[in-house]
Amino acid sequence: MSDSVLLPLLVLWPLAGGLAALLAPRIVGLVLVAGTLGNLALGLFLAVTLPGGDPLAHDVGGWGAPLGIALRADGLSAILVLVTAFAAPWLALHASAAYAEPERRYFAGLFLLFLAALNGLFLAGDLFNLYVTLELLGLSAVALAALGGGPAALAASLRYLLATLTGSLAYLLGVALLYRAAGTLDLAQLAGQGTVLPGGAVAFALMVAGLLLKAAVFPLHFWLPPAHANATPPVSAALSGLAVKAPLYLVLRLWLSLYDGAWPLVAELLAALGAAGVLWCSLQAVLQARAKLLVAYSTVAQLGYLLVALALVPAAGLTAYGAFVVLLVSHVLAKAGLFLAVGNLARRARHDRIDGFERVVHHMPLSAGAIALAGVSLMGLPPSGGFSGKWLLLQAGIASGRWWLVAVVLLGGLLAAVYIFKLIEHTFGGSDRPEATALPRRMEWAALALAGSAVGLGFLGQPLLGLLGGVP
Amino acid sequence: MKAFASAALALLLAGLAAVLAWTVTRPVTPGRDVPALIAGALDVSGVSHPVTAVLLNFRGYDTLLELVVLLIALAGVRCLAPLPPPRGSAPVGGVLRELASLLLPVLVLVAVYLLWAGATRPGGAFQGGALLAAAGILALLAGRDRFLWRLEHRLWPLACLGVAVFLAVAAGTLAAGGVLLGLPSAHAGTLILVIEGFALLSIAVTLVALFLGTGELEDRDP
Amino acid sequence: MTGQALYAVLGCGLFCLGFHALVVAAHPLRRLLAVNVMGSSVFLVLVAGAAPGDPLPQALVITGIVVAVAATALGLNLLLRLAVPAAADEPADGEGGS
Repeated sequence: MSDSVLLPLLVLWPLAGGLAALLAPRIVGLVLVAGTLGNLALGLFLAVTLPGGDPLAHDVGGWGAPLGIALRADGLSAILVLVTAFAAPWLALHASAAYAEPERRYFAGLFLLFLAALNGLFLAGDLFNLYVTLELLGLSAVALAALGGGPAALAASLRYLLATLTGSLAYLLGVALLYRAAGTLDLAQLAGQGTVLPGGAVAFALMVAGLLLKAAVFPLHFWLPPAHANATPPVSAALSGLAVKAPLYLVLRLWLSLYDGAWPLVAELLAALGAAGVLWCSLQAVLQARAKLLVAYSTVAQLGYLLVALALVPAAGLTAYGAFVVLLVSHVLAKAGLFLAVGNLARRARHDRIDGFERVVHHMPLSAGAIALAGVSLMGLPPSGGFSGKWLLLQAGIASGRWWLVAVVLLGGLLAAVYIFKLIEHTFGGSDRPEATALPRRMEWAALALAGSAVGLGFLGQPLLGLLGGVP
Repeated sequence: MKAFASAALALLLAGLAAVLAWTVTRPVTPGRDVPALIAGALDVSGVSHPVTAVLLNFRGYDTLLELVVLLIALAGVRCLAPLPPPRGSAPVGGVLRELASLLLPVLVLVAVYLLWAGATRPGGAFQGGALLAAAGILALLAGRDRFLWRLEHRLWPLACLGVAVFLAVAAGTLAAGGVLLGLPSAHAGTLILVIEGFALLSIAVTLVALFLGTGELEDRDP
Repeated sequence: MTGQALYAVLGCGLFCLGFHALVVAAHPLRRLLAVNVMGSSVFLVLVAGAAPGDPLPQALVITGIVVAVAATALGLNLLLRLAVPAAADEPADGEGGS
């Protein structure tokens, strides 16, 4: 049996897990452990199988394009699958203590299906199959955001639903135009065709606009802060860490493979949106009084860096591509850890007003440490993954003659320092109020492990870039 | 200011509509004749209707994921806190009652027929499932919902059955031939019918449960 | 213009109309309906834009319709749950869940 069976297994395993969680609520803890750890094993297996050889491909049904659907994995897919698989068990560990029945059952089911959707999306090689995985991802994210929340969470979920559906439909309209012109939905068959097909440019505009809305890229981010800030902590971490990365990955994939990174104007526009997002949303984060909203705005700001890195790939090649991947991975880890830690603080204090987090460091040293570690990576201080990513981004900016990028990165880092210190100041300082309840330790360890990995990633930059391979 | 904004929006969208209309009427020469490819592979697909062949065989993977979408929606609805039971619902009229007893058997029969017909002509699990769900909702509206109370306790097994069977076939094909959903052409017809049969049941149950929303049935014990 | 091309053009117009309603409408129910109109318009373009009699887009549309039904059902239930606050709900305090 060939290695390519890994690709369908990566979808089928979490899918079966999600089904099991919904069917057998009594063993839901076991299902979460087996589902996420099995997924991690498969993700690791994919990562060690891939280097040195060609990208893996699996023709579903054995039909081949344009009749059938292909699953494909290159270095980028493998890294995204792996970082998702690495974050998932920690989120599950936190969730196992954060939820009671019946929420635990629905969280487990929806979360495992959410993982299946992410894996399916990262491995899909077909435009319409990508639409289906986008919808799987969007709907599971909306359902998770509404889980166990109050009216504010429900209203935010509804807005999230409308935004994500609109984005998917714009994407699908673009797909319809491409199919009309090319008679295939297969990414490999469409490679490099986007610019020559009639209607290719219109299709590109529709697909990218839809995906940027789904990724909550500035100025299309209006739906994200309320949805991510009002959800329960493991969900906030999953949405902010993982869900918004998938549409950005897809923008990169489509632009580079279907359109060969075409049209200089596109690069300028994406870079400008990214830079504006970094500055504006960092500023918004600084101004927030609620911790979870601060973290959510920080997500939109960090997505700005990803967009800038993405925009520079045609001009700066592997340096920008590496910056995109390192920034993405470190943000997944840092943001998931930060949301879990802030969630722990909010749960103990029964609110998430920053000025009310007085001196929690005595009671929750692990969560406070997680905030500090995640902060190091988000600010871009050495030796964190965030530092390596920004370093590569700066190199890419200078290589492509974009000196203004230096100012954006410095100013963005400075603003990040301000909002992170705003969190830390009230976590480590202030007067002592000992009356609050204790939390299960595993909720704190999960946050610390993720935030610590974001810092540790700074030492793993080279293996990561090795796995990435060349620009597609 | 507001009038200006709405005029600008209308103008912008009119422009978008014009660009889109121009794009969809441009002559294209797709290098691939997909209808011919589908017709050529129809013999080994297990069914003779091309749309069913695409849905359940050539692109069966999409269909599997799409059944999961239904499950996600159901889980998303069921995890919301239940609504208070509706107050003062109108009594069921005699006409509705009579009509339901007349229509219910017909609807069930047509749903099963649609499933069977899907192999050779328009029809299939989704069409049949939607009709069966309509029958369920009609029964509900006509107050003939005793059987639904009994289903309530088996909601998840019934709703997951379609995906579970599809998943079992997917895993089986992967284990046997190393190809996900590589249906052997000798058994493809049977496998498709089995998948569709269970999918129909699950689709119908899921749609009725989505119509019911957040567990109102639990409040009225028989 | 052939009849099929006319449907494709109609689909484009509907998409923009639906999007207009989505932007302009305030009530979430109207916006959910607007998204449904946009969905139907995309399905129209998908089928009418492709080669005449191509079964592949028809199958894609069936998949798309099921996804749209699922999303609409979830949206309607969220809407209903927001409109009818249950007795168990605490008053909205804007602090968010944790």
